[in-house]
Amino acid sequence: MASINLLIAVCLTYVAFLFLVAFAAERAAARGRGNWLRSPLVYTLSLSIYCTAWTFYGAVGYAARSGMEFITIYLGPSLVMIGWWWFLRKLVRVGRTQRVTSVADLISSRYGKSNVLAIVVTIMAVLGVTPYIALQLQSVTLSLSIFSDPTGTTDGGMNLVSAGFWVALGLSLFTVLFGTRNLNANERHNGVVIAIAVEAVVKLVALLAVGIFVVWGVAGGISEMMVRIDNSDIGQWQVDSSRWTALTVLSGAAFLCLPRMFQVLVVENDDERHLHIASWAFPIYLMMMSLFVVPIAVVGLDLLPENSNPDLFVLTVPLSQGQGGLAILSFLGGFSSATSMVIVATLALSTMVSNHVVMPIWLSFQGQGATVSGDVRNVVIFARRVSILVIIALGYLYYRVSGGSGALAAIGLISFIGVAQFLPAMIGGIFWRGATRVGALTGLLVGFAIWTYTSLLPSFGADVVLSSPLLEQGPFGVEWLRPQALFGIKGIDPTVHAVLWSLLLNTSGFIFGSLVSFPKPLERLQGAQFVNVFANSGHAHGWSGSAAQSEDLMVMAQRILGGAEAQKLFRREAQIQGHDRYLPEPTPDFLQRVEREMSASVGAATAHAMISQLVGGASVSVQDLMAVADESAQMLEYSNQLEAKSSELLDTARQLRDVNAKLTQISVQKDAFLSQISHELRTPMTSIRSFSEILRDGHELKASEQTKYASIIHVEAIRLTRLLDDLLDLSVLENGQVSLNTETGSLADVIGHAVTTTQAGAIKQIKIDVSDLDTSIELHTDLDRLAQVFINLISNAQKYCKSPEPRLFIRATKTDNEVCILLTDNGLPIPMETHALIFEKFSRINDQDGSGAGLGLAICREIMIRLGGEIDYVPAARGNRFVLRLPV
Amino acid sequence: MKKRVLLVEDEPNIIEAITFLLSREGWHVDIQTDGATAVKRVRELQPDLLMLDHMLPGKSGLDILIELRSDDQFLALPILMLTARGQMRDRVEAEAAGVSRFMTKPFSNTEVLAAVRDLTRN
Repeated sequence: MASINLLIAVCLTYVAFLFLVAFAAERAAARGRGNWLRSPLVYTLSLSIYCTAWTFYGAVGYAARSGMEFITIYLGPSLVMIGWWWFLRKLVRVGRTQRVTSVADLISSRYGKSNVLAIVVTIMAVLGVTPYIALQLQSVTLSLSIFSDPTGTTDGGMNLVSAGFWVALGLSLFTVLFGTRNLNANERHNGVVIAIAVEAVVKLVALLAVGIFVVWGVAGGISEMMVRIDNSDIGQWQVDSSRWTALTVLSGAAFLCLPRMFQVLVVENDDERHLHIASWAFPIYLMMMSLFVVPIAVVGLDLLPENSNPDLFVLTVPLSQGQGGLAILSFLGGFSSATSMVIVATLALSTMVSNHVVMPIWLSFQGQGATVSGDVRNVVIFARRVSILVIIALGYLYYRVSGGSGALAAIGLISFIGVAQFLPAMIGGIFWRGATRVGALTGLLVGFAIWTYTSLLPSFGADVVLSSPLLEQGPFGVEWLRPQALFGIKGIDPTVHAVLWSLLLNTSGFIFGSLVSFPKPLERLQGAQFVNVFANSGHAHGWSGSAAQSEDLMVMAQRILGGAEAQKLFRREAQIQGHDRYLPEPTPDFLQRVEREMSASVGAATAHAMISQLVGGASVSVQDLMAVADESAQMLEYSNQLEAKSSELLDTARQLRDVNAKLTQISVQKDAFLSQISHELRTPMTSIRSFSEILRDGHELKASEQTKYASIIHVEAIRLTRLLDDLLDLSVLENGQVSLNTETGSLADVIGHAVTTTQAGAIKQIKIDVSDLDTSIELHTDLDRLAQVFINLISNAQKYCKSPEPRLFIRATKTDNEVCILLTDNGLPIPMETHALIFEKFSRINDQDGSGAGLGLAICREIMIRLGGEIDYVPAARGNRFVLRLPV
Repeated sequence: MKKRVLLVEDEPNIIEAITFLLSREGWHVDIQTDGATAVKRVRELQPDLLMLDHMLPGKSGLDILIELRSDDQFLALPILMLTARGQMRDRVEAEAAGVSRFMTKPFSNTEVLAAVRDLTRN
């Protein structure tokens, strides 16, 4: 028993040393001198909590029982570290930007901050890890017992149960002291991390020391060792490929999903770049850990009695060779493996339990106002401490109930399969935006149910939970539901069977559930945040309301973050907002930041619910918030409709504007027309009135003057009459009220009539040449109207042709479908810029030249349109040419 | 020395009538039928009275009025405007531009002569 006492003394000294190291590290970190604490080396060593007592003791036992297969347990994580570093990098980035505190927090946060999911994952994690904690307690007590009975065949004289109890209590105390000193993950767990890094070194050194002793001290060198290995069963590579594949996948998945691994890998990570070094350094660590497993197993099998426990070869081989000191070092290595795992695992689990189970329940009991009036900080820490005690107590209970039965590796594998169920929801959440809460929940529950049924329950052995008939023939005799041969697939290894079915159905359920369900807005937002984490780091879902009072927010933040931390946060924000006041405005941005800081302490769902209590000013649950988010999606839809409506209205308004512009233009045209008519009518009237007054007033006028003035009156009166005629004519033509009197006649006759009419009584004569006119052309049209066109054109030529010998040539050609008539004079061509205007009303080109009102050509055009033809002006080589076309 | 009046008008018969009326009152009447060169003509002739039609080829009577009134030299020149358009807007614009008298065609001979006498009394 002296050795036991010595051992206990060594243990206590070792624990005290760890306390010191952890304490010193925390002091250094608090003083800002802790940079070396955050080196890639420490990060890599902290990952070594993957190597628990199971790997320290169990790997040798595993090798002794099953040969080289133990390699898979190291292979999985190595492959993940080397080949999946891009996935790890994304996971770490998501964890850091979203201030994720645990694997449950990650999954809950991704799927719309769902508390249901968080609770499910937490329960699954506790159930999955409890056997694992029991395993550590078992290994420590077993190893203690060895020193009282070096053969390891009986319990010896020592009370194992009480030893287990004291170990559990000691671990609880250490975890409580160092794991729950502070709440904010900003400071993380410096002390714990450095302690487990030290332990990582101790266990590696211990295992290497035993290995070196075995190879050189016992076997007598490498070559002799190789001979021994070749002669043993272990050296035979009996590779069962399905088992190897399943175990490699499983250990890789567990590496990612185990709560304690997530804790050191993501939560405690300070710098993404550490992953680069860890991705090669950690596999090397694992390689060194596995280097001497086979030699120890082979030598142990050779040296020790048949019934020795191979799980304890690491201790019993040195002891049997009288190497007490080496055995104690080896014991410390195993002790380190066990304690570091228990500490980090319970830490991670207690965070999950307090954040996702205790806090929501506590909050719902407190009701409104709890966030500002209760001392939340103390509640969280208290909940966490109690959780640690309860979890370790559960492990102890499991250890007591299972009675320390079963090989270490078997229990470890069951744990692995359990936590591996998180993998589909994790990977899907980070890479697939379509993944939904329903899908994640479905996959997790299905996977967990199958794990329980095919792996956990059968592990207790026949007739403990599941009866042997059930195991043999399936429930109610249904063969294809047998726990270890689902769907009638027999003959595969139980572990492979459980891994295959649980992960397959889990993934199927996850994908199917995601496809058939519709994500809520918050899920979609978070999904985008996670999947596109590299694109938009740091933009979490924002608070839209800002009804929260800064004072309340401050009080709440102090409760969660602690006074100094909260004040620092608020002062910094006030500075950013640019005012001297102590309290910043509760902007959505700031609320979001506070939520993120708080979620680092109490988890996303709880932090969200707490902020919503303030913002809403009422007891707002996460469910309510989701309803609000759904409503805002509907609002968005509604606003889209409004937008469409408003664009329609804009369209209508534009049409109205167009119409209005047209009306204005018409009105302007009408005004101009009236002005013109007024001018045209008043001008001859002015002459008439003026001269008639002169004549009436009996000025002494000569006879010639009297005649002249009377004739002016006469001419102006005629001009007035003609103007009125033209106006009436045009008005009738324009309104389309004209009735055509269609007859058949010769074109030559029509032109002859027009020439006669214009030549009679005209002052200025023009020589009209119709010699080229084809007299055979017959027309079927309104001949009087057509004659009017010719009269207007000829009289225009008479008035405006300035040639000394004014001439007008009239020609006509007839084709199959039209008659074309050309009237060409030898006067000055009218200016180019007025070509477009000559057919408009009142468009006299040269005002001084005539008494016309400028309506003649307008009338011509109207008539030609009525007759179905057209009239065009073409400047000729020397003169002006009008082209008339008429359909035949 | 005879007083001079410049008549800016493009209608021959109206020119004839006004010339007849004013000559018998002892005026020397100068004729300008084109709007574009009317201002230049005013500068050359320095008339005692300007009679201005509204619708002219080349440049409108209103524009001629505005150009003359913007020159200090012609601020006091009596300008009698005659228009056949007869719209209220024309009168408002012309009065804003500083016309001395605005009359609508057809006019009464007596009224025109009274206006001329009135405008050139001093």
